[in-house]
Amino acid sequence: MLGEGIVKGLVETARNFAGSFVSAERLTTVQYPEERIAPIEATRDFPFLVYDGQDWEAGMRCVACQICEKECPPKCIYIVKSTDKKPDFVGKPQFYPARFDIDISVCMSCQICVEVCPFEAIKMDTEFELSTDDRFGGLLHDRERLARSNEYYHRIHPTEADEVDARLAEAKAKADAKSTAAHISAAVRGAEIPARPAGGGD
Amino acid sequence: MTERMDQIFVLLRQWLVGFLPEAWQAAAGVVLSVAAIVCLFPALFALTTVFERKGLARIQNRIGPNRVGPFGFFQPVADGIKSLTKEDIVPISADGVVHFLAPVVLVVAVFMGFAVLPMGRNMVLVDADAGLLFFFAVGASTELSVFMAGWSSRNKYSLLGAMRAVAQMISYEVPLLLSSVAVVMIAGSLSLTKIVEAQNHYTWGLPHWYIFTPWGLAGFLMFAIAATSETNRSPFDLPEGESELVAGYHTEYSGFKFALFFLGEYLAMFSISGLGTTLFLGGWSAPFSWLGWVPSWIWFFSKVMLSIFVFIWLRGTLPRLRQDQLMNFAWKFVLPLTLTNLMAAAAWRFLGDGWERWVVCSAVLALAYAGLGWAEMRRGHFGPRSYRYAE
Amino acid sequence: MSFVFYILAAITVAGALAAVTLKNTVHCALALTVAFAGLALLFLELDAQFAGFAQILVYIGAVAILVVFAILLTKGSETPKDGVYSRHWFSGLVIAAGAFAVLGWAVIKSGGAVPRGPDGTPTVTVLDIGNALMSRYVLPLEIVALLLTAAMIGAVLVAMHEKEEKK
Repeated sequence: MLGEGIVKGLVETARNFAGSFVSAERLTTVQYPEERIAPIEATRDFPFLVYDGQDWEAGMRCVACQICEKECPPKCIYIVKSTDKKPDFVGKPQFYPARFDIDISVCMSCQICVEVCPFEAIKMDTEFELSTDDRFGGLLHDRERLARSNEYYHRIHPTEADEVDARLAEAKAKADAKSTAAHISAAVRGAEIPARPAGGGD
Repeated sequence: MTERMDQIFVLLRQWLVGFLPEAWQAAAGVVLSVAAIVCLFPALFALTTVFERKGLARIQNRIGPNRVGPFGFFQPVADGIKSLTKEDIVPISADGVVHFLAPVVLVVAVFMGFAVLPMGRNMVLVDADAGLLFFFAVGASTELSVFMAGWSSRNKYSLLGAMRAVAQMISYEVPLLLSSVAVVMIAGSLSLTKIVEAQNHYTWGLPHWYIFTPWGLAGFLMFAIAATSETNRSPFDLPEGESELVAGYHTEYSGFKFALFFLGEYLAMFSISGLGTTLFLGGWSAPFSWLGWVPSWIWFFSKVMLSIFVFIWLRGTLPRLRQDQLMNFAWKFVLPLTLTNLMAAAAWRFLGDGWERWVVCSAVLALAYAGLGWAEMRRGHFGPRSYRYAE
Repeated sequence: MSFVFYILAAITVAGALAAVTLKNTVHCALALTVAFAGLALLFLELDAQFAGFAQILVYIGAVAILVVFAILLTKGSETPKDGVYSRHWFSGLVIAAGAFAVLGWAVIKSGGAVPRGPDGTPTVTVLDIGNALMSRYVLPLEIVALLLTAAMIGAVLVAMHEKEEKK
């Protein structure tokens, strides 16, 4: 009959109105910024650079291969490669970024830089309260601002960080096994044992 | 004591006016009453905006504004400051004089409607013999301001919105008047004070409000529908809903002029709720005879605020009606039902006291409602659309 | 001839003059609305409540809207290129004077039919008007109603007919 739907609708909204005072199901508001909902693990906002150990400059995983700069769709990454090399976690001397800037006003959080990085050096952060009143440089994050330790990475994305660590350990084990094999074969052939380079960043 | 509380505003006015010389007293009394109305209703408007936002929010499972003041009740102060300090932009090709006058005409016309509402015993500003007619006359003037706003903006979307708003208001003007005519017929007078007096009797403690009669209930429902449409309120708010989507007749208004339109709309809501209360809900009379000790103006304002809450409830529940659905509804459902209601009210009068008139009137109205409802619901045939100008 | 009467008369005449001399047609329509309002207030000043309120309700609330709609839906909203004064103003003046004479005669002659109060001023309440409409003037009322219904049906037919043709 005409009007039946309206009456049912009115009853439903009345129930909502009354229920919002008594039950939490009918009042799902979270009073930000006093209360916050914890973000889920797969949250991603803007990238950050991972470093192992305590020193962010020495332990940074990034080797300035510039793949992420080339793959970034809005081209928000700006990298300047260094002129010298420093050893990475396996021990090989690698370049490092002298400048690594991400303009987060341009970044669209597509995660492509994370997907293409061969060195697990750039990962997605979960921080979003990044607003600033400095309109000229406040949203251009440089290398120091972007560097975060591996412990931080474990805290925000535990499962992912465990997987990454397992992969890196595997790669290191393979590299060690290869160099040990190289040593043994060299020793068998009677060649000079090359000095083991100091392992960097474990 | 209850008598004094009931008449407290009248006594207050007499006391204040007593300080002036004899010749000025009448005029000063009128000025005081007008000042009271002009201060009270915008204050109620401010309160209603908060109630509306918080009420709608609760219906929608969220809290409304709660930062400004205790539980957000100072929000209208913030809104007022915002609208007063915004830049007043007038389009360069707009018709300056008409653009300026449109909100003024709206607010003036709406304020004039409050002059005939009896807000308590002996609390009418103008006890006109044809008070109801005066109310509808100034209500009709608001359509003119809507049109002026839309036309002077030199914006085709504004004009379109204004045309639709005027068409909507005119279509629902007829059921509004006809449902009130039934009340006038039974009460025997156009004067609002006499209509309230006619409802101020009690049988076994229950009041003789017109809403408790079959024709009164039907009339009240149709009055409510027509009132919702007259004030451009959801679900009939296509003229102002358009302004959220595309444009509307108050697109080119900013700052204080927009606030005046907003004020005009809410005040129109108040005044038409006041009229509905007076005609059908017994105005300032108490619901039960043993509650007569509560002052009359408290009853009037409680009933008006109750109507406002129902308006807010409807807004939170119903989706917006499209323009042609709205017009169809007015002309094909509400108007025939109003005419039937008029005849039922006449039958009520002439069948005399007794149970027969209850049965006959209820049967006639229920049958008309069911029949018209069935006819309306039947039009579910959604064939290909035919266009008048596009082909 | 009180002070209030002079003000109201000035408003009415100013509105009417503006309605015939302004260039923008919609402005003319709005000035005409001011003239209607002035007339309504004159009725109220003479204590003819029903006439005054009906004037506002019908003329300002409906006829003015009708006039502006008509202006907008036709090309009337463009300003006329060759001025607002016509060359046949003399015949217009004669016709207006004739209409005024007929109406004036009718009004003066009808003075005797109106009920008067103790001090000689006419007192017509809404009740009297209602009674008169339903008893003495019921035939004109029904004819006017028939005319309005015919106009409405005609409008609907004209609008509908276009749709049928286009189909």
